[in-house]
Amino acid sequence: MIALVAGSYGLKALGTSNLGGRVERRLGAAVALLPAALFAALIVIMTFEDAGTLTLDARAAGVAAGGVAVWRKAPLVLVVAVAMAVTAGVRALT
Amino acid sequence: MKGRFGEDSRLAGWIRRLRSARGSRPYLRDCVIVSLAVAPTGVTFGVVADAAGFDLARIVVMSALVFTGASQFAAVGVINDGGSGGAAVGSALLLAARNALYGPVMRRALPASVPARLGAAHFVIDETTAISTAQTSRRHAAGAFWFSGIILWLVWNLCSVAGALLGAVLGTPETWGLDAAFPAILVALLAPHVRTAAGRTAALAAAAVALGVVPVTGAGVPVLVSVAAVAPALWVRSHRRESPPETDESRSRTSEPPAASGPEGAEPGATP
Repeated sequence: MIALVAGSYGLKALGTSNLGGRVERRLGAAVALLPAALFAALIVIMTFEDAGTLTLDARAAGVAAGGVAVWRKAPLVLVVAVAMAVTAGVRALT
Repeated sequence: MKGRFGEDSRLAGWIRRLRSARGSRPYLRDCVIVSLAVAPTGVTFGVVADAAGFDLARIVVMSALVFTGASQFAAVGVINDGGSGGAAVGSALLLAARNALYGPVMRRALPASVPARLGAAHFVIDETTAISTAQTSRRHAAGAFWFSGIILWLVWNLCSVAGALLGAVLGTPETWGLDAAFPAILVALLAPHVRTAAGRTAALAAAAVALGVVPVTGAGVPVLVSVAAVAPALWVRSHRRESPPETDESRSRTSEPPAASGPEGAEPGATP
């Protein structure tokens, strides 16, 4: 927790310091692509990983439904509600 | 009667001041809209953090001091999947790295003195960058930064606490499908990043890498390894740049960070 707090603040402070501009020129393009890579990796892990192996369960259906909601430009609350409802529904039926 | 009259005139004064404030503080409306979008995200964070086994104190500390929604979701998600603390911090900080890119664009809005700037740094996030860079004058940029920063910090913290308390009431997270809420939120957060060819390459490559690595390493580590996906994405980006401009290309150019990944972050569904 301390590492997380210190690290996240340190990165913000680094940007506002005089070094900020130099960091941006050197690594800006790579850092800007990090969220796309990390979010995608986190999504597949959280959807298909279970105790160290890959599985296909109710989560996949829920996340797919949530994905459709995102695609239809639904607000976040609705995205989460759809994903949860479909997952809980599929889980209750299987 | 007189007292009531006095109250009325005070009220009228407030309304007048609020009206004139719209002229002198054009960013107030944006701040309110973004706060409304952030509030449910904060509640969701509290609920999922509680489901991942975080106690109230840790949720409060995290929202108050980390104050970067995407990183908080990532850290809590990795822990929830049984990843190590190191893997959780690693993925969260890699996501937080984009806040360092906002510093240079926010220059005009930030105070000149070093101690004040170090204090201001805590509030340099997606939303404040988006609202502040949208202002035309330097004075408004600074006002918008501070106003949105403090409002969002308050909303984010109050809502995560409310979410944590709500989560405690909900009980078994699986019955409610809460484990699918994590990845669904991340799908919403991912959406603005895959509008460019490079972003799509990074996302697809990272998903493939993560799926390939899971059977070998378990939770947590695959997310860190997936950072390698940035390499082919950078190649796509430089390759595309040489080709004649097309709609997709001009779009990727205008949405280049950090100037525009800020405004993207301000869409409903974004987190601080």
